[in-house]
Amino acid sequence: MGEMRKMYGRALVELGEENENIVVLDADLSASTKTSMFCAAHGNRFFNAGIAEQNMMGMAAGLAASGKVVFVSTFAVFGTGRAYEITRNLVCGNNLNVKIVCTHAGVSVGEDGATHQSVEDIAIMRAIPNMKVFVAADAAEAYEMVKMAAKIQGPCYVRLTRSTSEDVYNDKADFSLQTSQVLAEGSDISIFACGLMVSRALQAAKELKKENIHAEVINLSQIKPIDKETILKSVKKTNCALACEEHSVIGGMGSALAEVFSRHYPVKMDFLGIEDRFGTSGKASELLEYFSLTTEEIVKRAHRLLER
Amino acid sequence: MYTLQECQRLIRQDIIRMTSAAKSGHPGGSLSAVEILALLYFEIMHIDPTRPKMEDRDKFVLSKGHAAPVLYATLARRGYFDPAELTTLRRLGSRLQGHPDMHSLPGIEIGTGSLGQGISAAVGMALAQKLDSSQRYTYVLTGDGELNEGIVWEAVMAAVHNKLNNLIIFIDENGLQIDGATCDVMNLGDLVKKFEAFGCNTILIEDGHDYERLRSAIASAKTVKDKPSALVCKTVKGKGVSFMENNPAWHGKAPNVEETKQALGELEAYQNG
Repeated sequence: MGEMRKMYGRALVELGEENENIVVLDADLSASTKTSMFCAAHGNRFFNAGIAEQNMMGMAAGLAASGKVVFVSTFAVFGTGRAYEITRNLVCGNNLNVKIVCTHAGVSVGEDGATHQSVEDIAIMRAIPNMKVFVAADAAEAYEMVKMAAKIQGPCYVRLTRSTSEDVYNDKADFSLQTSQVLAEGSDISIFACGLMVSRALQAAKELKKENIHAEVINLSQIKPIDKETILKSVKKTNCALACEEHSVIGGMGSALAEVFSRHYPVKMDFLGIEDRFGTSGKASELLEYFSLTTEEIVKRAHRLLER
Repeated sequence: MYTLQECQRLIRQDIIRMTSAAKSGHPGGSLSAVEILALLYFEIMHIDPTRPKMEDRDKFVLSKGHAAPVLYATLARRGYFDPAELTTLRRLGSRLQGHPDMHSLPGIEIGTGSLGQGISAAVGMALAQKLDSSQRYTYVLTGDGELNEGIVWEAVMAAVHNKLNNLIIFIDENGLQIDGATCDVMNLGDLVKKFEAFGCNTILIEDGHDYERLRSAIASAKTVKDKPSALVCKTVKGKGVSFMENNPAWHGKAPNVEETKQALGELEAYQNG
């Protein structure tokens, strides 16, 4: 069990040591997002924008237009929502080197409830031209993802969660820009997952195997640009796809998959996610149960899909 | 190099020709900012049109991006590109987009157009200059209607908080926005008091078309060591063209053939300040 946020902070500190041009901005949530770790190590290159996400994004654009590699962080709902149009016009419109790394995505934020639980951030970010969208499955992948984000040119959005995640990768994740990872091979059903749902999908595949159902599990940590080759290869083998995400079923990872399948290789498909509604207060673990984002539900949906 | 008097005439006539050829665009708010841009680009800023990305240059951000014609005309006349290209404004395939595009045209520091965002980006640029231990300045031009946007005040707070004395904000206070007088649409009150209250070194320029007043305000702003400067410039929307002056209808409307002829004739004789 690891915390994505802490690995984000660690990656930032290392990046700051390697590259003088790394600059980090936060909007009064640095203790929560762990950009505070960068602030402690490289304080002269950390700027607190205060509770003003729009200007934080605008400043980031100006810094990036001046040659800096800029990481901006806050909670996902504010980073993608409040600052949206600045991200759209200044950051992506100008194709600038701004890395928006948001923590506290999804309902696993927990007790803070609906206002602080972003369930539509992937949809919003994915729709903007020039933007790349990554979702970390665990702490190790979050670390690799942040390191990768610093290397690529142009804007990207990295989605992290607040709560601890089950480890998907033992110690080192192998996050690559080109390919999505097949974590378990199978020929009966393709289960695509991102974020906290990846470990649950792997667990579900184990359960299904007991019933002699061979599920292929793919960690779709790179939602945009999407790795068409890997996902099409999988469904051409299985002819059915189950998408699992801690995000609205509207516009997220599942929608991105459906856009590819419907054009290139239509297959029967189901979407496990948040059904067009807001989150609510509760413990993270309770909420994941409440919204049916569980191993049991994946197994159930897999059966239903195979019977269709 | 043109004299500043020649600059204002050429740039004003360019604005009329460009918007006339495009049959759209924003002549009013372009004409009100002519002297500010002419002075910056032809006298004040450390720039090199043959090397637009020169290290350690002064920077200018047009936060009121709809005034693109005044920026394009100024850049062309300063030598960034051929003035013959000006009449391609707003056409399909043109480098002169409706609002500035940093990747198509040399001399554009950042693409702007959505109001309030340019000033925020300018704060980031001034911060970058400080990080790079540069002695250069970032100049940003905002409209007065633009000050309705909340992000402007977030940006001003951040500039003051970070002691960005290398940031000089020009407010083109022409008193008009699309729907009418700024005091009727959304009353801004006393802008000098507002910027002072936010902690800026604030200077009122009673005539924002007077080169000498602009020049001395900039010189005064550069003596300040610990805060950004806000230069509140009282200007006339549509300045130099009789039928455009102080008329909000000319915010986003192009002159027709007859009006163009009249405007160009008037501008031939017009002398500022």
